[in-house]
Amino acid sequence: MARRHAPTQHHTDVPLVRAVNVTKSFHDNQVLKGIDIDVHAGEVVSLLGPSGSGKTTFLRCINMLESIDGGRIFVDGELMGYEDRGGTLHHLPDKAKAAQRRDIGMVFQRFNLFPHMTAIDNLMEAPVQVKGLSKRDARERATELLDKVGLADKADAYPAQLSGGQQQRVAIARALAMEPKLMLFDEPTSALDPELVGEVLNVMRDLAQAGMTMIVVTHEMSFAREVCDRVVFMDGGVVVEQGDPAQVMVNPQHERTRQFLRRLTSEQHGDQGADIGADQGVDHSADTGVTNS
Amino acid sequence: MSSVAPTGGSPVDGTGERPGPIHARPVPHPWRWVALALIAVLVAMLISSFVTNPKWDFGFALQVMNFRPVLNGLLLGTIVGTIGAMILGVGLGIVLAIMRLSSNPVLAGVAAVYTWFFRSIPRYVLLFMIGTGIGYLYPHVDIGVPFGQQLASALGWSNDLTFWQVDINAFSTTLLAGILGLGFSEAAYMAEIARAGILSVDRGQTEAAQALGMPPSRTMMRVVLPQAMRVIVPPTGNETLAMVKDTSLLTAIPIGTELFYQTTIIGQRTLRIMPTLVAAIAWYLIICSILMVGQYYLERYFGRGFGAPGQTKRDSTVKRLLGVGGSH
Repeated sequence: MARRHAPTQHHTDVPLVRAVNVTKSFHDNQVLKGIDIDVHAGEVVSLLGPSGSGKTTFLRCINMLESIDGGRIFVDGELMGYEDRGGTLHHLPDKAKAAQRRDIGMVFQRFNLFPHMTAIDNLMEAPVQVKGLSKRDARERATELLDKVGLADKADAYPAQLSGGQQQRVAIARALAMEPKLMLFDEPTSALDPELVGEVLNVMRDLAQAGMTMIVVTHEMSFAREVCDRVVFMDGGVVVEQGDPAQVMVNPQHERTRQFLRRLTSEQHGDQGADIGADQGVDHSADTGVTNS
Repeated sequence: MSSVAPTGGSPVDGTGERPGPIHARPVPHPWRWVALALIAVLVAMLISSFVTNPKWDFGFALQVMNFRPVLNGLLLGTIVGTIGAMILGVGLGIVLAIMRLSSNPVLAGVAAVYTWFFRSIPRYVLLFMIGTGIGYLYPHVDIGVPFGQQLASALGWSNDLTFWQVDINAFSTTLLAGILGLGFSEAAYMAEIARAGILSVDRGQTEAAQALGMPPSRTMMRVVLPQAMRVIVPPTGNETLAMVKDTSLLTAIPIGTELFYQTTIIGQRTLRIMPTLVAAIAWYLIICSILMVGQYYLERYFGRGFGAPGQTKRDSTVKRLLGVGGSH
């Protein structure tokens, strides 16, 4: 299913995110081996790949939660984390880095809501503390956003009183409260019970339809296929292939992509089989109990 | 299977009524009653000894508790001393913990050395040093250009570049000096407690705040510290109670306006030592009891959103003794 507005403009304007030859090592382990990715404004891109392929690390490099060892990352034309003074790079001080992060929203696998604040306080915190919004304006915006993610009635609940799916929706709303140009999603549904995944994906789908630029690390193949403009398949710290979801996921060109997709689909089938078996088992024993009497 | 089923049918084999609400008999707890009886006897013996032994002299103890110098000492040395030393100790302790954990090696080093020094010096010795030693070593402290006096005498200037002079001898025996001594010592212990509290906060919290564009200082003040307080408050309550009692060390300065010193003086003058000890103990018990109530409410405040005490209800003591209610 191809998406909404003007994909034709993608290749004419400057990309919102441009990563050039990005490398990153943890001690001796090189996890990113020269990543080149462009993401244009309005695009929804999902990063796929086996665990350890570097997709989460790359996502965290975009908003400098991880530093990079080589290459450059530009967001909205701005070099992230450094200042280029006549060819020499200088580290940006913490405050300047914080300013660069303001336009980039991030949603974490483990939600990371502030547990000592109510849902609405979570949404108001950064706009008030960072942008200097008045509490009244911030509250108004926060209420709107909670309404948008379907949680207007949970404004005064603490995170511990919410389900995982509700917490993740609050977390998305919290990121949106800063009015970001770009949203990063780091496996946003991986920590959720299966029946709660849908509500979070729906919010993300609405966001994509509204034209938000999104980079999503996910294992939700249906989401990648239906909502994303492009999927990027990573393995071993490099981009193996990328392109239209239908093409990459249905007719992958590389053996590694094929293997990954095969393993993923067989795993999902395996899970379903086990579930059905267990259900039948319960039904069966209950039946025999009745018939015995 | 149906042969074992009781008459009237059983839910196991699907006949008879569906099971209703549970009214189960509690697990009997006879030993709780035995223990209670034993303790009651011991308490009765104790009270009887209070009444029958005239050496306790509770009447005089009560009088001593209300003597003006005792009340004055209680208020100034013990209560003001505790509050002052703990404000300084907690505040400076948190600053030291943040320094210790910062990426700045100079700040981290200073905090480490501070903590090492003050945790290694007994409070009594420290207070003695402040009261007597510092005043002897440096009778007055001159505030001005560093080495200004040496420079001035070497070059023959008339002005020795000193702007302000503090008389240490006059200062070193005041309550403020005592509060500084106890507070500086306390800060070293509080620094370790605060450090543990800060480290207990999940890293994801810092990352979430950073991702929202909050600079490190805001992240610490708004996100990390409020959550660290949940871990910091209980041991701080401990430290506060210890401080109430450690104010009796102010005699090392020497400071006389302090509860235990005052009651001791009265004991020595009247030769009725025991009642004055009882008076001091009674006041310490009262002050510490009040503080423990305060700690309960502080813990409840900082535990919000975490299922703090008071938010989860426990059966009352009587209910638990009778064995009704929960599964205790």
